[in-house]
This record gives sequence, C-alpha cells and structure tokens, in this order.
Amino acid sequence: MDVGLSSLRSEAVGAMRTAMVSAENLQLTLKPELSQEEQALTHTSSSPKDAHKAGNEDLKEMLESNKESLKLEAMKRIVGLIAKGKNSSELFPAVVKNVASKNIELKKLVYVYLVRYAEEQQDLALLSISTFQRALKDPNQFIRASALRVLSSIRVPIIVPIMMLAIKEAAADLSPYVRKTSAHAIQKLYSLDPDQKEQLIEVIEKLLKDKSTLVAGSVVMAFEEVCPDRIDLIHKNYRKLCNLLVDVEEWGQVVIISMLTRYARTQFTSPWTEGATFDENNEKTFYDSDSEEKKEQTEAKPYIMDPDHRLLLRNTKPLLQSRNTAVVMSVAQLYWHLAPKHEVNIVTKSLVRLLRSHREVQFIVLQNIATMSIQRKGMFEPFMKSFYVRSTDATHIKTLKLEILTNLANEANISTILREFQTYVKSQDKAFAAATIQAIGRCATNISEVTDTCLNGLVLLLSNRDETVVAESVVVIKKLLQTQPTQHSEIIKHMAKLFDNITVPMARASILWLMGEYCERVPKIAPDVLRKMAKTFTAEEDIVKLQIVNLAAKLYLTNSKQTKLLTQYILNLGKYDQNYDIRDRTRFIRQLIVPNEKSGALNKYARRILLAPKPAPVLESAFKDRDRFQLGTLSHSINSKATGYQELSDWPAVAPDQSVRNVEVIEPVKEWAPLVGKTKKSKSDDKFYSDDEEEKEEEGSASSGNEDSSSSSEESDSESEEESSEESEKTSTDSGKSSSGSENSSSESESEQKKKKKTKKAPQKKSKPTAADSDSDENGNGPVAQASSSSPESSSGSETDSEDDSDSDSLAAQKKKKSDAKSKPKVEVKSKKEVSLLDLDDFSPAPTNAPKSSFLSSSLLSDLEGLSLSNISSTMQVTTPSFGPVKTYELLHHMTGKGLSAKYHFPRQPCLYEPSMVAVQVILTNSSDHSLEEIHIGERSPAGLNIHCFNTIERLEPEASVTVSMGIDFSDSTQAANFQLCTKENQFSVSIQPAVGELLMPSTMTEQDFTKEQGKLLGMNETSATITMATANTSSQAISKQVLSVANVGVVSSSQNNFHRFAGRTVSSGALVLVSLELKESSSALLTINTEKSVMASMLLRDLKQALTQA
Amino acid sequence: MIHSLFLINHSGDIFLEKHWKSVISRSVCDYFFEAREKAVDPENVPPVLQTPHHYLISIYRGKLFFLSVIQTEVAPLFVIEFLHRVADTIQDYFGECSEGIIKDNIVTVYELLEEMLDNGFPLATESNVLKEMIRPPTILRSVVNTLTGSSNVGDTLPTGQLSNVPWRRAGVKYTNNEAYFDVIEEIDAILDKSGTTVFAEIQGVIEACVRLTGMPDLTLSFMNPRLLDDVSFHPCVRFKRWESERVLSFIPPDGNFTLMNYHVSSQNLVAIPVYVKQSISFFETGPCGRLDITIGPKQTMGKTVENMMVTIHMPKAVLNANLTATQGTYTYDLTTKVLVWDIGKLNPQKLPNLRGSLSTQLAISGNPRYIMTLKLSQLMLVDCLKVSRLDMYGEKYKPFKGVKYLTKAGKFQVRT
Repeated sequence: MDVGLSSLRSEAVGAMRTAMVSAENLQLTLKPELSQEEQALTHTSSSPKDAHKAGNEDLKEMLESNKESLKLEAMKRIVGLIAKGKNSSELFPAVVKNVASKNIELKKLVYVYLVRYAEEQQDLALLSISTFQRALKDPNQFIRASALRVLSSIRVPIIVPIMMLAIKEAAADLSPYVRKTSAHAIQKLYSLDPDQKEQLIEVIEKLLKDKSTLVAGSVVMAFEEVCPDRIDLIHKNYRKLCNLLVDVEEWGQVVIISMLTRYARTQFTSPWTEGATFDENNEKTFYDSDSEEKKEQTEAKPYIMDPDHRLLLRNTKPLLQSRNTAVVMSVAQLYWHLAPKHEVNIVTKSLVRLLRSHREVQFIVLQNIATMSIQRKGMFEPFMKSFYVRSTDATHIKTLKLEILTNLANEANISTILREFQTYVKSQDKAFAAATIQAIGRCATNISEVTDTCLNGLVLLLSNRDETVVAESVVVIKKLLQTQPTQHSEIIKHMAKLFDNITVPMARASILWLMGEYCERVPKIAPDVLRKMAKTFTAEEDIVKLQIVNLAAKLYLTNSKQTKLLTQYILNLGKYDQNYDIRDRTRFIRQLIVPNEKSGALNKYARRILLAPKPAPVLESAFKDRDRFQLGTLSHSINSKATGYQELSDWPAVAPDQSVRNVEVIEPVKEWAPLVGKTKKSKSDDKFYSDDEEEKEEEGSASSGNEDSSSSSEESDSESEEESSEESEKTSTDSGKSSSGSENSSSESESEQKKKKKTKKAPQKKSKPTAADSDSDENGNGPVAQASSSSPESSSGSETDSEDDSDSDSLAAQKKKKSDAKSKPKVEVKSKKEVSLLDLDDFSPAPTNAPKSSFLSSSLLSDLEGLSLSNISSTMQVTTPSFGPVKTYELLHHMTGKGLSAKYHFPRQPCLYEPSMVAVQVILTNSSDHSLEEIHIGERSPAGLNIHCFNTIERLEPEASVTVSMGIDFSDSTQAANFQLCTKENQFSVSIQPAVGELLMPSTMTEQDFTKEQGKLLGMNETSATITMATANTSSQAISKQVLSVANVGVVSSSQNNFHRFAGRTVSSGALVLVSLELKESSSALLTINTEKSVMASMLLRDLKQALTQA
Repeated sequence: MIHSLFLINHSGDIFLEKHWKSVISRSVCDYFFEAREKAVDPENVPPVLQTPHHYLISIYRGKLFFLSVIQTEVAPLFVIEFLHRVADTIQDYFGECSEGIIKDNIVTVYELLEEMLDNGFPLATESNVLKEMIRPPTILRSVVNTLTGSSNVGDTLPTGQLSNVPWRRAGVKYTNNEAYFDVIEEIDAILDKSGTTVFAEIQGVIEACVRLTGMPDLTLSFMNPRLLDDVSFHPCVRFKRWESERVLSFIPPDGNFTLMNYHVSSQNLVAIPVYVKQSISFFETGPCGRLDITIGPKQTMGKTVENMMVTIHMPKAVLNANLTATQGTYTYDLTTKVLVWDIGKLNPQKLPNLRGSLSTQLAISGNPRYIMTLKLSQLMLVDCLKVSRLDMYGEKYKPFKGVKYLTKAGKFQVRT
C-alpha cells in the first residue's frame, strides 16, 4: 500500500517536473522563480511532504525537551539544514528559547541560527536581545565579543540604538579582541542604517588611534567601508599604521596597504620626475638604509621624497616575503603606484614567485603582470622563461602568458620567443593556437626586424591541416600585409590559391578584402576570384558577402572592362539579399560606382573613396588601457569599474602640509621585529632592529667624523646640516617633540640649496642596520669606532692618532670621543645655522663620512708620497683606504652567545700588529642582564692560524658594548678563521669569513707603473671577462663606488675616460692585484684582473662582476 | 567583502551555502553554471565573473568549486587566498577536502566558516587558533562526547588571538618532543622534442612537523644559504634575522606547517636527472600510429631514481593503445585519453622502454602532451639546500630533531 502510494507520488512529481520544464521552455523570463519552485519540489520529492513536516515537528519536540543532548542534536540538524540552504524558519520560536542556554556549544548553534533568520522574524528576534545585552557585560572577553558579534549581525532596524550603544562601549573595552569586534560591528551597523554615519565616524576615529595590531586591520576596513573619503582621519595615525604594519595579521595588511596607497597618492608629490636618471642600482637600495638613498635621489634631481613616503615604502618591503599572495600583490601594487620608477623592480621576483601558486592566483597575478609589462618591459624580461606556457595550464592562463611574452618581445629576445611560439602553434588547444598566431602578428608589427620572418612563418602555416590555424593566419597576414603591401603580391597569390580550401568566414572575408585592396598587384587573379565568388554568393556568410561586394566595386573601378558584368550581377544578387546590411551596402556601392544621372558629384570621387590608402591597423595589447585601474583590484581584473571602486587620485602638484602627520605622543617605532611577544621585543630586539636608534648613532658617528676632519669641514658640515634637518625633522616627529611644519619646510629648502652647491659627492654606504649594536643612551660607541676608521680619509692623510689611542686604550678613547660627539656638533651647527634644531643632544648631524674627499685622498696621497716614511718602493705605496663602506657581519648572536653578542667589520686599515694581518674590529655587546667577565679569545683553528687577539676584557656591564681590534692573518685565502670567544663561564665557537676584497690593501701607482706591472702579469696571471654593466653603473663615479665597495683597492688616476684602473696588494704576501675595466659600447665592458694569485683573481672577478652588473 | 559562499560539487549541485551578510539567493550561481558549461573543462572556468549585481570569485579545489559572492570592490587575490585557506583548513581538520567529508561534517564546517569570517572580513584563519575554538573531530573525542555530552566547542578565547604569536596555541604538551623538517625540492622543467632543456628551475619548500612542549624558539641555519634566491616565509619567521644572518629564527606553530618556500638561484643550468627519448607518429594513411619512449638516467650521481611515472595526454582521436613495456605497467584510460606508465625504480643497466602501436580515428590532429613525475629520494642535486643545524631556546628539554631531503619532479613536462 505504502509502496503504491509513494510510487504514485513520485509519478506525480515527475509529471509536475516535466510540466515545469516545458513551462520554462515557453517562458524563459520566469525562470528564476520557476527554478525555485522546482527546487522546493525536489526537496519534497527527496523527503515526502508529510514526513518532512513531521521531521520539523520532531525537531521542535527535541528542542522543547529538557535534555541538553537532545537539544544539541536538534540544533545540529537545524544548522545542517541551514548549511544545505533549506528553510527552517518555522522553528524560530522553539530555537530562540535556547539562546540563554548554559551549554556553550548549544548557545553557539543558536547564535548561528539567529544570525541567519533574525531578519525574517524580527519580532521574535527581539526576544533574544536582552540576553546579548547581559552578555555584553560578561567578565569573559570572549563572551562579550561573541555577544557583540551576534547582536550586530542581527539585521533588525529596531535595535540600531542598542547596537550603537554597544559599539561605543566595546570600542572602549580593555580587551583588544572586543575592540576588534566592535570595528567589525561598525560596518554592519552602517550597512543596516547609513544614517548613523556621523556617530560611527567618531567611533572609527577613536579606534584608529588604537595601538593594538589586532584592531588596526579591522578598523581600517571599517574606515574604508564607512568613510573612505575622510582622509584627514588618517593623518595622525599614518606613521603608526606604517610602523605597525608588519605585525598586523595578513588580512589586515592587505586592507591597510591599499588604504595607504590611496592616502599616499593624495599627500605626497610624485617621485616620477621625467628624464631623471638614476645612478643608483636597485640591489643596493635593498640593503642600504633610507637616509642615504634620499640623498642620492636628491643628488639626481631636486625632488625630495617625503620621509613619510619613504617610511611607507620601507615598511612594506619585508611583506613581499609574505606567504599570503594577497599581501604580496598589494605591496607590489603599492610600489607600482608609489615608488620611484627605479625601485619598482624589487617586486618582480616576488610576483614571479606567486606564479607557483594556485591556478586562480596565477590568473590574477598574470593579469597584473600583463598590465605592468606593457609599461615596463625591463621589469620582467629577465624572468621571461617563467612565462613559458605549459600544456597543463588552463586556457586563460595560457593566453595571459602569451600576452606577457608578446609584451616582453624585443629585438634581443624575439628569436627565442618566436621559437617558443612555434611550439604553441602546434598545441591541441585550438583557441590557444589561434591566440599564438595573433601574438606572432603583434610581434611582427612591433619589431620591424622580424616582420618578414614572421610573415614567411605565417604563410607556411597556411598549409596547416587545422582550419582554425589557417583562418587565423589569414587574418593576421592580412593585417601584416597592410603595413607593407609593396612586395607581397606572391603571398596574395598564394592565398588566392588557398581560397577554395578555407571555410572560416572571417578568413575568406580577409582574403577577399586583400584581393580588392591590392587588385592592381594581382590583375589576373582578382577577376577570377570574383567570378568564383559570384557563383557562390548566395551560400556565403554575411561578412563574406560584404567583402564580395567590396571586391566587385574595387575591381569595377580599376578593371571595368573585365568585371563590369560580374559586378552588376553581384550587385543584383545583393539587392535582394535577406540581410539589410548587405542590401544597404549594395545600394550605396551601386550609386557610388555606376554613373547615372542621379549620382551626382560623389561619383567622381568613387575611386578616391574606395581605393584610398588605408592606415595599417595597430595590433596592440588587450591590456593596453587596463592601467586606468589600480593594480590588484577587482576592477582591474574585470576591466570595468566595479561597484565601490575608488579611483587612485593623481599626485598633487604641491604636497599638502606634512606637519599634519606629526603626533604628540611618543610612538614606539617598531620595525619588522620578530613577533615574540611584546616584552621580549622591547627588551632585546629593538636594539638590533630599530632604525631609529641606529640613525641616532650614525649621526653621532658622523659628528665625530666632522670633528676629525678639518680640511673638509666646510663641505661635510653643509651635508650634515642638510641631513640633520631631514633627520631631525623626522625623528623629532617620531619622538613626538613636534617641530612645526613651517620649520620643516624651511630647513628642507635650505638643504636643497646646499645640495646645489655640492659638486661631487661619492655615494657612501651606510653600515647595515645591525651595525647599531649599542644602546641609544650610549650614543653609539660602536659606530664611533667605525667612524674613526673612516674619518681619517676625510682628513686626507692626517690620520689615526685617535685610532692609535683606541688600540692601546680603546675604551678610554671612545669615552672621550663620545663626549666629543655629544658636545661638538651642537656648537658647530648652532653657530652656522639659524634653524633651531630641537633635539641636537640626541640627533647630532648626519652620517656622512665626508665621502667627497674620498677620491681626492688617493691622489693627494700620491702627491704626498715623497714625504712617506714607508720602506716600500715609492712608486707603489700601500695607502690608507680611500673608501670605507663599512659592512658589518654578525659574529655571535646574543641568543647563541647567552647574552653576549659580537659583530665585526673590516676597517680597511693596515693592521698595526703585523703587516700581513687583516685588521678586524669586533664590537662586543652584552645583551644579558648580568655582567660578563673575562671576555677573551680561546682556541683557534686551523691550528696555525695567526691571530692577534685583543686584550682580555675584564668586565662588560649589561647593555654595554665595547669595540676591540684584532688582526688575523688569512694567508690570502678566504678560508674562515675559526676561534673561540670565551667568557668566564662559556665558550662560543665563532668564525670570521673574509670576502676576497677585504684581503687587499690599496696601493697607489701612476698609470705608467700600472701598465708596466700589468705587462708583467699576463698569460696565466690574467683573468678577464666581458660584462654587461648595469646602466646605473656607467658613470665613472659609480664604477669606482662599486669596485671599492667590493674590494679594498686604490684608484689609479687614468688619462682615458673609458679606462678605469685600480691597484691593490694582498695583505699577507703583498702580491700585486691590478683591476682594470675598459668600457665599450652599449654598456658592455671588459673587466681584467692581473695577479699571481689566480684563485683570488677569479673570486674577485666574480664579485666585481656581480657588483657591476646588478641593476 | 565576502558576502556569501557556495560549495558546488563536480556535477553542479550546491551542497553548502553560507551567508555572512544578508541572504543572497542561490540563483546567483546560475551565471557561474553558465560559465562552467561554456568552459568544458572545470579548470578553464574564469576565476572572476561579473554578473549584473554581483561579482563571483571562485576556486576549484579537489573537484569542488568554492564560489564566493562579492558586491563591492575588493582585491580578488584577497578572496582567492581566503578561499584556499578555507579549503586548507577543511583539509587540515578532516584529512581531505571532498564533498563526502564536508557533508559528513557539515555542522563543524559551518561553524568553522562562521569563525573564519565576520561580516565578510577574515577573523581567524590560523589553524592553531581555530582548533582551540572548534576542536577537530577524532574518533576518541566523538566517543567521549556521546557518552558525556561534552562538546567540541571551546569556551575560552584562544590565546593565539590575543598574543603576538597568533599561530601558536598556548599550553602545548608532548611527552615526545620532536621537530622534523622535510626539505623538498622540485624540479620544474620543460624539455623540448629532442630532449634539450627549454626551461628548468628548482623550487623548494621546507615542510615542518613540530611537536614541542611550551614556547620553543627555534633557529634553523643552513650550510649554503646563498643558494636561496627568493623566499617566502610563514609569518612566524623573523625577517630581520634572516636579512642579517641568513638563519631562520621562529617560534613554530604547533603541528604541521610550511616553514618557507624558496627558489634556488642557479647560475648554471639545472641538471635534469633523467633523459627521455621519445618518438610518436601517426600515419596519414591508416588509422594507427606508433609510440616509442625510452627513459634513462643522467647525472644522478649514483643515486637511484624512484617512483618514475610518465603520463601522456593523447589526442582525442586515439582510440586504443597496444603497447609493451620492458619495465613497469601501463594503463590507458579510454575516456580521458590519458596513458599512464608506472615505471617505478629506474634501472640504469636495463633502460625502461615503452613501445607499440596506437589505433586512431582517421582524422587526427595535435600532438600528445607528456607529463612526467618522478621522485628521487635522498638525491642531492648540485644546488641542494642543506640544513646545518637546529637550535632551540626558551625550553629546557632536548627535542628529537630530524631532517629529510627529497628531490622530485615538479611540473616536469616533455613537449612533442
């Protein structure tokens, strides 16, 4: 009985469905409703109607029972129904009763239900509100937060005031998690009732001030949703957001970065000055701190990047290493839209890395790369092979890769790309093969060298077996021929022959058009083709018919004798065609070409109208105009403006007042500090990573440089002033002692003027951030030592008495210097400059080791060489280093060293202990909380290693650091010197690995001596390579800089412009090392190294090559 | 941001829907189905679709579509990345991400989705945090739950949510403390017809399985960090330390995670460990063709090549394959036109060879595509990253440490 009934029912349902289907076919417009009904039907069909009802009754009973487990079970089933999209709203009264349940899981499930159905059952939903209000006061932050979450998710307009109150309260909650939830609630309330905007903005303003990384992302999201135009709210929080950025969770990072991109475009001036050349190469910017970079830019042009602008760029850069593809993409677009053109390149690698990710990620990234590669080929050219198509790629990925390859094509790589394209044409994926042919066409038009090759290749494809390939080739050939029609009648003839075999309408139309356009070049064939077409006219596609009429008209004008009748026949056929386009065209053509009384004046010009030379079509990228959208946005992806898309504004011509970003409160400047938990961070990591302190120290060191350098004090002063004005402005704002905006600008303009005065300034590497090891209150003991190493250069020869002091009694000497550094610059600057710089105690003038004199020094020295007392031959004297790019390396990390940390650098000075040793300076810092005793050097390996140790340091107080000098005989090999650094309790194995360039001492010689010596070191002793110089490195300054940064050699003054020579000796054996660089055309250069030490030569060659080629 | 999510199976049924704002009718998916039909292959469905009122962003994972509905401008990668994170989380919780598993755990999945997004903005996506809020089902727990009536839902705020180490849960305890690292390097290569390398690069990943008590602070250092060209890290890695010292210093999440991805910079060409000689031809005259493939070792430096497998995507016209393999077995799937040759271990003395005839329809177009997968265990390529040591700070006990190296074929493909 039952069986019979159910079968009957299913039959009925089936009948119903067929009826529905037929109804659907009849009335397609009603489709959505019908399909819903149909869905309802299918539901009931899966569980018969009464059974379904009973099921809900069943659930209701379970909910009303006393047993928790039954209730839970019921709720689980209900949530299951919701998840499947089935309606269970009639259970609302039964469910809402359980909202106050003690069982947390049950409660959560009820919340889920409420959020889903409250909108539909508003009156009943109100019953639950009081529960949430109570929960908002719960001592458990988790419960407060989830209550707010649900309360704000209930989209019932009546409770808007309650929500508003709850949000305001939660925004002031002690728990950052609750505050985060309130930020989310703001958006919900806003979408529910936009009238609350003003009040909500107040809350947003308050939350923006929040220092918790947890809140930052969510509140910026709320800001973007509620009041994206209230840019003024951001000013005060800009620096904080920049500094917090690395610690914010990844989703928040994306939102903040995109907001900051918009902000920066309204607040800063454009860094893209046209025609500006950059001496700087990009790799370097990666490692250098920004103040130096700023200087270099300002050197090239009067544009000065706002320090806040730089702050943003600097703080987003580490995020390129994020695992979250959205973060990487948003940093990439930030650089694209905000960074100076030459800095954008750093995002390339990361973007290419994203191509390893999921298919969908690839799709979006490729779209963006396609847009970027149109404007900046150079960015992605080195990664061309990453865009090679794999047969497993999805079609849209393939097409995008093809697009990018085409964009990247240039004279140099076109042959590789074309070879690649040849394999693509053979692809099984026909749409892709067709796209490839289009791409070949584009390459052919863009690069005139290969037009003929491409054309020949395409003609070969005409005999391909596959129709789509042939058709596409025809279309592309047509376009190509148009660009240079003169010599290609052969190809047109060939195509005419193929005509019978081609069935694709577009291709047929293209051939006909070609015939007509160039009918004078194929006078015999064209009429014949027309004859054939007349026969098949009625069977052709519309597009082909139009071209037949066209061809007929053109032939009639050029060769009326042969084609008059044919033309008339075709025009007659066209007159009665079904398609009105064709009828129109026919009528028009007839009036135009066939002279009669009505046609009038136009007739005379028929020939000029129809056979006018036509401009060749420009084949360009489909991504050509995509750059009107901000990269990485949805609008960019769909190539049309999405709802809520906000245009990126153009740079303002004049930057708005920058003092608005100054804040009163002291902001802790956080760098990409390891996320260890707050206490730890502030304790140990700040020291290593905080740029701020480092800057201070650098400044301190520079000031000591000033004091030492008497000869160049004028210049270095002007520099340090400029620097300090920039620095102090920045740091002062950072530390909150706000200097007024007017003052900023005045000091800035002044520094600008100063810059103009400057004639030449050797770029100078600043020590890496890690160099700053000591604490800020110490004002840079370590760096003082560094500076003392480089300051002698600036004083050109009158060197190192202070150094000598420090050797014998380093601590005392440094103490002295420290005090000097503190007092002197203050006096100097104050006397020279009227601008009151507030924080001179902490921020003394900037870190320029008077690099200007660095080149002078070597020549000066050679002038003075007669005075030298050294016993080395006077022609080739080992000089003091002419350049001091101090790179600091880590010797011992404080984690490994149980609080003792050590860093070392090569001061590039002759070692005082033994001439065959390389001088090494080690900075020891005690980061532990107890003092360390008896720091000395223990065992060493290899056993014969000759080390001059520093004297045992009896005691190192916590947070103190000391710099000691050592000498190590590396015996001219880069083998690491291993030794043990011992304290009273512990021993740590450490090793110093010298770069090959550090094993040299510069030597001064004349050009003649250089050539003479070079003549002795030929054959086996000569190593050379042709390198392609990065464009940034072609100036002689840049070359010297790069070479000197790699190796400690001396510049040999050269009479020829295209020759650069450098000379040095190995420290240990004194073997001569001669480096010469001969510049040739187009940035290639011959790099030659002559020395007996062939191993060193090859290593040095590699290093130099790397330094000179990187761009 | 993300408005709604629909999970759609291979045959086009919506089996889960979740709305974070007001409810959107599932009829919005019709636009997607249309595109799905047009694309033929599910891989070819465009990830971003525009409809009159909404934007649809979808991903395809494990034969499932995750379709999200967007109403306003948002970075598409943001959504895509999140959807993949959802799929990852489901996989992490239940071992796999398939329709069956999701249907079986529909309530848990729904609760997870509820926690992961708030009003369309990601709230908690770290698996360590989520696992504290919603405990993953285990057999033992489900038994206990049914007996005692306790729940899967945690009642306290996960500590990770508040701390600066959001990826690690607090109070982790193990009796056996262990930390394992798998250094997996994949060779991506394209070989052309004659066997010359068109493109080759090595991509590496360090997968970690760390089960350590408390809050350990690990430092992983490498023998040859210079090899690393481009890296991306799990958020736990301290970037500054990496910049200055080239060591990975981190407080690990609990359990399995990907520590870093890297790209190996190689000045010279990547050495491909095997070579392939292949010839495949279809006769113009008759309905058949011939296939001949030989694989031999090249530059393996004495290591054995294991788990060799060759996959050939035949043109649609190939009806059947009648082949003989000197080693291993082959299967030809008639519906998908995929020939799989499972070779196993490569024997350098007797090179594996597969040859025979193919029967085809008359009209044949296009060439087959080859995809090879192979695995070289313990094989050290010239440019292999090597771990030098792992140090632990912050905890007293001595953990058990292990590193495994593995080189395998990534997207390894031979062109025809």
